[in-house]
Amino acid sequence: MFEALSSRLTGVFDKLRRRGALSESDVNDALREVRVALLEADVALPVVKELIARVRERAVGQEVIRSVSPAQQVVKIVHDALVEALGGGAGDDGRRGLDLNAPAPVPVLMVGLQGSGKTTTAAKIALRLRTRERRKVLLASLDVQRPAAQLQLAQLAERAGVTSLPIVAGEGPLAIAARAMDVARRELYDVVILDTAGRLAIDEALMAEAAAVKAATRPHETLLVVDAMTGQDAVNTARAFQEKVGVTGIVMTRVDGDARGGAALSMRAVTGAPIKLLGAGEKLDALEDFHPDRIASRILGMGDIVSLVEKA
Amino acid sequence: ARSTARLTEGITTLFRKRRLDDEALEELEETLIAADLGVAAARRIVEGFRRTRFGKEVTEEEVKAALAEEIAAILAPVARPMPIEPRRRPHVVLVVGVNGTGKTTTIAKLGQQYREQGLSVAFVAGDTFRAAAVEQLQIWGERVGCPVYAPARPGADAAGLAFDALKAAKEAGTEVLLVDTAGRLHNKAALMEELRKIVRVLKRLDPEAPHSVLLTLDATTGQNALQQCKVFKEMVDVTGLAVTKLDGSAKGGVVVALAQEVGLPVHFVGVGERAGDLRPFEARDFARGLLGLD
Ligand SMILES: Nc1nc2c(ncn2[C@@H]2O[C@H](COP(=O)(O)OP(=O)(O)OP(=O)(O)O)[C@@H](O)[C@H]2O)c(=O)[nH]1
Ligand SMILES: Nc1nc2c(ncn2[C@@H]2O[C@H](COP(=O)(O)OP(=O)(O)OP(=O)(O)O)[C@@H](O)[C@H]2O)c(=O)[nH]1
Ligand SMILES: [Mg+2]
Ligand SMILES: [Mg+2]
Repeated sequence: MFEALSSRLTGVFDKLRRRGALSESDVNDALREVRVALLEADVALPVVKELIARVRERAVGQEVIRSVSPAQQVVKIVHDALVEALGGGAGDDGRRGLDLNAPAPVPVLMVGLQGSGKTTTAAKIALRLRTRERRKVLLASLDVQRPAAQLQLAQLAERAGVTSLPIVAGEGPLAIAARAMDVARRELYDVVILDTAGRLAIDEALMAEAAAVKAATRPHETLLVVDAMTGQDAVNTARAFQEKVGVTGIVMTRVDGDARGGAALSMRAVTGAPIKLLGAGEKLDALEDFHPDRIASRILGMGDIVSLVEKA
Repeated sequence: ARSTARLTEGITTLFRKRRLDDEALEELEETLIAADLGVAAARRIVEGFRRTRFGKEVTEEEVKAALAEEIAAILAPVARPMPIEPRRRPHVVLVVGVNGTGKTTTIAKLGQQYREQGLSVAFVAGDTFRAAAVEQLQIWGERVGCPVYAPARPGADAAGLAFDALKAAKEAGTEVLLVDTAGRLHNKAALMEELRKIVRVLKRLDPEAPHSVLLTLDATTGQNALQQCKVFKEMVDVTGLAVTKLDGSAKGGVVVALAQEVGLPVHFVGVGERAGDLRPFEARDFARGLLGLD
């Protein structure tokens, strides 16, 4: 998995004499390569810096275990640090997925930038809850911005075999949310998934609207839906949604692509919220559980890391 | 008051002279990396800068402006408008790209622009796959005054629809035909093959069609954009890009790496969700935006 980064690091260490322990300058050379690898995987710069600092601390002075090369050893330290930063490692209770442990109907709010995959993910979650957990789910679209957004969710709900809130033309997001909760209470739904319009982190009015919806419905989960291809802006997006709306979990979509997905690390670092689910396709069953070690491997090693690093 | 304070602070650091040393250059490199240029492109640009200006006393404002000019020079060759030849009746524009990048919205924006120029324009709702994609384009068509060729039933063959639409548009003497397609990831071979099929089928009616193949690229995309562009270009001969969602906080810096490594023309930038929110790509404005200059 980490062959590419390892061989690159082996190159760095080959120039050095074997010593008892990794010196500061050995580690610095290696960490320069790690930095490039992480940046090419779209981990945001401030997050890379923090991570590198943590790795440096752990790597300096480490005895080089005779059977393992220093390169492998640094890769392992980096990988472990990534896994921890992604929510795994010590202290990870292994619980993944949504927390729906609240009195029914449990509201779940979907938020994120335009086109990140909110509507599709809402339907995927609904399908999963219906089939795996036998929950009665209501889907409601609060998106009065994008043309045919409400119809999109209605069609997806039908495919998922769940009910969607009837569309009332001209109704605003807050009114739709209130109606959804009302219907859910009267008709004894277990979960209500509220899909919202895509919004930019810097759009004050729309961010305030999302906060108002949240205040009115008090969702048990507020999921920030982000595209796995997101670059450095992940930190700005995450910070804004966390500060202005508050998120309880992250869903990363389009992991079926070949992006390395460094945004997962950025988002997690900034919000502190766990990554709960992954979107891995356009079909409604393409929803996966999150495994910190797999994403860590992907960030470090998947794809053509050697040529990326060599071009640098 | 907070923003005023921040502004003043920004301006004072901006105007304080400082030696352009290693540390200062590293900060510049980081500014570029944080704007998604990628390590390689950021280094290349800052290294060029080091050779000519190292050790000079400069203000941050001067240094950023000069760096912006340098980047603008890299972008200038790709900053080109999308050529449209209405006499082709129709000039066919195929719009392609990864899911959710803004294809359908960009078609609406283009439709509005060409209508304002007095051209006859029609849309093809070639995304027969995604839920309510056809209806989305139909609503846009109504708003901007462009008729829409839609599939007879959901899930119909997109290539078949494109063929029928081009045939009808030829008969109607339509000047510009904008073809929407389903979003697809470049690493999905079967989906890319479907796109090639649309191109093949169009060529049966007009060997030169599609006359333009516009790839939409989301400005929030990081380094994966390079892969997207390379694969789409190879598979369907992309002729140019539209960079969408530049109204957000993402700066779209990967376009600089693209200019150097792929060299595709960049025609437009999308700056909002409304039909009027499309602008020509301007190298200088874009470069200054990357450095936080306006
Ligand atoms: N390949 C892939 N495509 C996805 C995934 N999730 C969503 N999509 C696609 O991405 C596009 C956008 O998805 P939507 O669910 O409409 O995104 P959204 O966030 O609701 O968009 P707005 O409401 O416009 O902000 C659609 O074409 C989806 O089919 C995924 O995990 N993988
Ligand atoms: N802020 C902003 N939003 C945009 C821009 N262009 C498109 N969008 C939004 O991005 C989302 C996706 O746009 P679409 O046009 O549906 O994207 P698409 O590529 O057709 O998506 P699929 O067909 O699902 O692959 C919608 O919510 C649009 O309103 C832009 O320039 N700025
Ligand atoms: Mg949506
Ligand atoms: Mg579309």
